[in-house]
Amino acid sequence: MYVIVAGGGKVGANVARSLLRLGHELTLIEQRADRFDRLEDEFEHQVQRGDATELYVLERAGIARPPDIVLALTGDDEDNMVICQIAKEKYDVPKVIARVNDPRNQAHFDLLGISPTVCATARIMALVEHEVPEHDLIHLLELHRENLEIVEVEIDRDSPSAGKRVEGLALPEGARLISVMRNGKAEIAVGATTLEAGDQVLAILEPGKEDELRRVLLRS
Amino acid sequence: MKVLVIGCGRVGSSIALELQREGWDVVVVDENEDALSRLGDHWPGSFLVGHGMDVDLLRDAGIEDADAVVVATDGDNTNIVIGQVAQKRFDIQCVVVRVLDPARARFYAARGLSTVCPTSVAIETLIDAVRACEIPSAKAAG
Repeated sequence: MYVIVAGGGKVGANVARSLLRLGHELTLIEQRADRFDRLEDEFEHQVQRGDATELYVLERAGIARPPDIVLALTGDDEDNMVICQIAKEKYDVPKVIARVNDPRNQAHFDLLGISPTVCATARIMALVEHEVPEHDLIHLLELHRENLEIVEVEIDRDSPSAGKRVEGLALPEGARLISVMRNGKAEIAVGATTLEAGDQVLAILEPGKEDELRRVLLRS
Repeated sequence: MKVLVIGCGRVGSSIALELQREGWDVVVVDENEDALSRLGDHWPGSFLVGHGMDVDLLRDAGIEDADAVVVATDGDNTNIVIGQVAQKRFDIQCVVVRVLDPARARFYAARGLSTVCPTSVAIETLIDAVRACEIPSAKAAG
């Protein structure tokens, strides 16, 4: 497999190292001179210096072949978004994976159709939430290949969704309710299902949509 | 008519001042509070401190009822992303984005973003200026 890795910080360099160990071919792109010098000692001709959002830099790295995957792993979310858009839409790269540095930018990645994304902060928060049982949204299952997760929430009296039908909820795009557990009995959630206080609801959603789902189900 | 100007450097501030003179209701956004001084001592429009990538700030700036958005921060990729957010998320018809890199400006222009590339304009102007020079014929031939 041929991979272009944009960004040679800790994340990019470690990913590149791991890919090489697995026998893949790659080019790592790093803009900063000090970092590039260090990387060159290790990666030799497999690292190139330049701004990976510049078309000629990407072309020099072989984006027109095109690579099987482009990994946008810089520390700048705007750069990562632009790298992914150029890779996918100009050079028909079949797969891009983007790093999200600031979880508040997740919505922008979603808006621009950049997926999958990986956000360390969001992942850590998901794990923390998992460890805190009284937290209002519990992560039950991460479906990595599908880039989806299953969560559980409990509706209370103050929830804006209490007394509403599922079809009347403004659920975020990329989130669906699966089932409603009431008095120890679970039912599949359909449009006509009415949520009540005390219901335990399972939902499937794209990672990063937790806050939007929480707003709709638990507090306005 | 209402316009949001994101980025209040030399370019953004001049656009804001000119549009304000033309009667637009102008809201300026910049990360740096000091940028307000570029708008003179008596700026009658609004000025918000914050990052244009922040959707809450854009809402506070009134993007939802803006007629136009001008994006002119000093970062090409920041401008490109904010421009697309204004266009796709807030459905603003008139979005104008400054992109210094001609290659990226062309790529995003082809995808429906109204990009303006000062670098390309400068290149053309400079070439025209060279062509307009009257070179003595003996020298030109040599």
